[in-house]
Formats: sequence, structure tokens, C-alpha cells
Amino acid sequence: MKKLINEPGDVVDEMLDGMVVAHPELRRLDGTNVLVRGDAPVDGKVAVVSGGGSGHEPTHAGYLGDGMLDGAAAGEVFTSPTADQLNDMIQAVDAGEGVLCVVKNYEGDVMNFDTAAEMAGMEDVDVEQVVVNDDVAVEDSLYTSGRRGVAGTIFVHKCAGAKAAEGADLGEVKAVAEKVIDNVRTMGMALTSCVTPDKGEPTFDLGEDEIELGIGIHGEPGTERADIMSADEITEHLTENVLDDLEVGEGEEVVTMVNGMGGTPLSELYIVNRKLQSMLGDRGIETWDAWVGDYMTSLDMMGCSVSVLRVDDELKDLLGAPAHTPALTVAEE
Amino acid sequence: MADVDTQRDAVIAALDNVAERLTAEKSYLTDLDSAIGDADHGSNMQRGFSKAAEKRDEFADMDPDDIVKTIGTTLISNVGGASGPLYGGSIMFASQELDGGITAETSVAFAEAYLDKVKDRGGAQVGSKTMVDALVPAVHTYKKSIEQDDLPPLEALAKAVDAAERGVQFTTPIKALKGRASFLDWRSVGHQDPGATSTLFIMEELLATAEEYLDGDVERDARAADAVRRDE
Repeated sequence: MKKLINEPGDVVDEMLDGMVVAHPELRRLDGTNVLVRGDAPVDGKVAVVSGGGSGHEPTHAGYLGDGMLDGAAAGEVFTSPTADQLNDMIQAVDAGEGVLCVVKNYEGDVMNFDTAAEMAGMEDVDVEQVVVNDDVAVEDSLYTSGRRGVAGTIFVHKCAGAKAAEGADLGEVKAVAEKVIDNVRTMGMALTSCVTPDKGEPTFDLGEDEIELGIGIHGEPGTERADIMSADEITEHLTENVLDDLEVGEGEEVVTMVNGMGGTPLSELYIVNRKLQSMLGDRGIETWDAWVGDYMTSLDMMGCSVSVLRVDDELKDLLGAPAHTPALTVAEE
Repeated sequence: MADVDTQRDAVIAALDNVAERLTAEKSYLTDLDSAIGDADHGSNMQRGFSKAAEKRDEFADMDPDDIVKTIGTTLISNVGGASGPLYGGSIMFASQELDGGITAETSVAFAEAYLDKVKDRGGAQVGSKTMVDALVPAVHTYKKSIEQDDLPPLEALAKAVDAAERGVQFTTPIKALKGRASFLDWRSVGHQDPGATSTLFIMEELLATAEEYLDGDVERDARAADAVRRDE
């Protein structure tokens, strides 16, 4: 399998080096795989941080900046960052107003963030944590107890980051993050397996005419293998599961996300979005905003996920608030 | 136990013994893990404890509780995955109980705090096929032996190791409910849990160190002995 890498063990380190040169407004903490906003800690503001395995670019460091995240810790590919690095990150971004950790529900991530929060607590930093579990495909998986956290996490970053930028206190920022988590659902699918730099070959075997439904973001197989279907049929399957689980109905407003897994062209994501929006229209659900792109990937996997977030006035304001990050920009009105 | 210098020496000796044992058992633990996990438990544990043992120069002027805390943070940085927080984070947290030095009472408090943190962090109970299956009987036996039966710490520790050993055996026939092994469902039955096994190995080395520093030999329960062997 061909990859544009040097040594598999150097992938994360070299990626981060390249990233800070491309985005000089970001800063790497010495001796760690942690990036923070260059101006961190930001006086008078609650800090919002995230982190997890690498391989999901632009997640996580792509969302660093004004209006979103203050810190992002990169673990090895598909591996949680260690608790001491997470602690270093928390200490570096805390301006005395406290830190909210946005954690995706994977056992390693949750345990390392828990431990980091404890370490930071020993140094008198106020730390709160939310765990994102938006994936409707599984109740338990290879990596989790309970549902996985997947692409809906980006909405949590956006809303919590905007709330913190408004000057809200730690409790208020956490409450908004939880509101997003309560109202967002996601389901994903794969046309191909991804190839991790270490292994150098597909994580699972998938025939030319087969697809995986209900995948996570670690190259783990999905919950169901099916014969290849049309884009509309795939979109129907994902969307129906998401909408049923969210119990969203006529007259409600949503923000949608069609997220690419890394190896699928935008043209195909737009085709999925077309069907998604027509299904919402048929059910009388109004789309306030539609996001389409590679937000949380799985290396070079071909496939996509569909997320739906139920919104109210508060969440619409926060989603529409300014943000300036490498991967997402929302301009001032 | 005696003065602070002796306690420090004992903690460092225990760490050396554990690091050496885990180096010897590295392949065995990884073999156990490859059956039901992701085949890195042996190398992760070996790396973590060996890194901690390399810090012996820093330990020279530290109090025993600070050494134990440093062992915990070193494991957090070097073990990785879920084992880093489970072993290292719990040791770090429990080290606070040794603030007043290592005595029979503080060692019981340490063991209980360690167990509580492991259970809390991992969400596992007895019967989940995890390290908790070895820890719960061991900690309960240790506490009871000291507080109710009034046994000397060395004998209490020996009984605790026996209890841990039976706990390890108990993990073989049951189905995993936690961690990656749980994904295998019934296919996890028949495999001994690697986390419970490494926990036993660590406890056996604590006992060996205690025999040296508390000056005595204790008999292990014959029923438990030889049941969990790496050359099995």
C-alpha cells in the first residue's frame, strides 16, 4: 500500500511540525504532541480542549482558534493521547476560569482524560468533562462501553467554543456542550477499509461489491455488511436510523452534516446531501444549515457519515458565531 | 515499617523487582492479551515499570509517598491505552494515603484507594474478567487479615496474594464484560485475563520484597500455588 510518509513511527510528530508551520497562529507545547492556540491562555475565558487519536484530520487541531478550541492533543494513530500530555494541555490553556474537556466515548480517551483531570485538579485547575456519544449504530463496540463519539463532536466544539468566547462560565459552557450531545446523532458507512501507517494494509477486508454500515472512525468494521447500494439507498439507510433515534419530527429545525471519511470526493458527499435534504423536506423538518465536507476522517477510508443536530435559538446563535480555525471559519455578520 | 530511609529502600527494591518480573513475563502477558485483546499488555507494562525503575536517581531524596506517586505518573506517560490510567492513575491517586509513611494502616488505605480508583475509572466489577477480579479478593483479604484477624502485614500480604491468584484463575472460565475482550463475547471464555495476571505478578513481587524487608518467609497456600504459571 502506497503512503506519503517516512517512518510509520514519525507520522504524528512530522504531521504536527508541518501543521504549525502552515498555521503560525498555533503553537506546539515543547516535548508533547499537544497544539494550542498561540495566544493561550486567553484572559478571562473558559478554555475548551479536545484530543484523541490521530488519523481523524482535521480533527482535532484543525479546530484550534478563536471561537472553537484552545488546545488539542494528538495521540498516535487511532490511540488515545496519554494523561500526562492531556494534563500539560489543560495547564497550558487554563486562564484561571477553568477548562472543559470534550471527550469522545472511547474507553482509552475517557480514562486518560479522567486521569488528566485528576492530575490538573491536584494543581487546582477547575476541570469539567463532557463525553460525546452520537453514534446510533452501536450500543457497545470494540472500543467502547456505550455509543461511540463520532462526527457530531464537531458541533460540540463549535457551540462550546462559541459559548466560552462569549464569556460564559465553566458551568454554562458545559451545559451547552451537553445540550448539543443530547440533540445530535450520527451514523457512518464505509466503501473501503482505511490503511493505518503501522499496519500498511487494510484493517478489514471488504469485497469490491460490499460496503460496511455502522462504522466508527477507527477502521473498525461496521455493524452490518451489505451489498453495494446506490448513494440514495445508502443515504436513506443512514438518515432513517439517525432521524428515528433522534426522534425529530415535523416543524423542528436541524443542522446537518455530511462528513467524508477521508477518501471520498466532495462530489459524492454533495450527492448524499441532496438526498438527505429531500428526506428532511418530506418529513417536514427544516434545515437551518447544512455542512458538507471532511470534518472527522478515518485516514484514507472511503465513505461518509450523516449527522443531524436539533437546534433551538441558542444553538443557532452559537453555530453562527464567528470562528477562525484552520479547518472552519465563520465570518463576523 | 522502620525509618524513612528503609521505607524508601523498600519501595525502590519493590519497583526493581516488579520491573524485572514484568520484563521476564513480557511475552507471556502479551500472549494472553493477543488471545482476547490487542496484544500489547506485556510490552506496555514492561515499558512503564522499567521507565519508572530508571528514575532511581531522582528517588534518593524523596519521601516514599512521593516515589510511589512518581511511579504512577511515569506509568501514565509510558504505558498508554487504558492500562496507563488504570494502573498509573490509580497508583498516583492512592499514593496520598502513604503521606504518613508506610504502616499496616496506611498500606490498607493505599490498597483500598487503589482498588476504588480502578473500579471507578474502569467501571468493572468482580466477574467482568478484568484486573478487578484479582484485586477485589486481594484487597479484601488484606484488610480483613490486618484489621480483624490481627495478622502481621507480611502474613496478611501472603494471604492477599493467594486470594489474587484464585481471582486470576476465576477469570478463565467467564465471559468478558469490559474492555476490548468484551467484543469477543463468548469467544473470550477459556482465556485467562492479562490484567488480572499482571496484577498478580506485581503483588507477588511486593510480597517477595516484603519478605526481605520484614525479615521473614511465609508459606503460600498450596492450592493456589502453581496454578498460574507462565510455562503452563
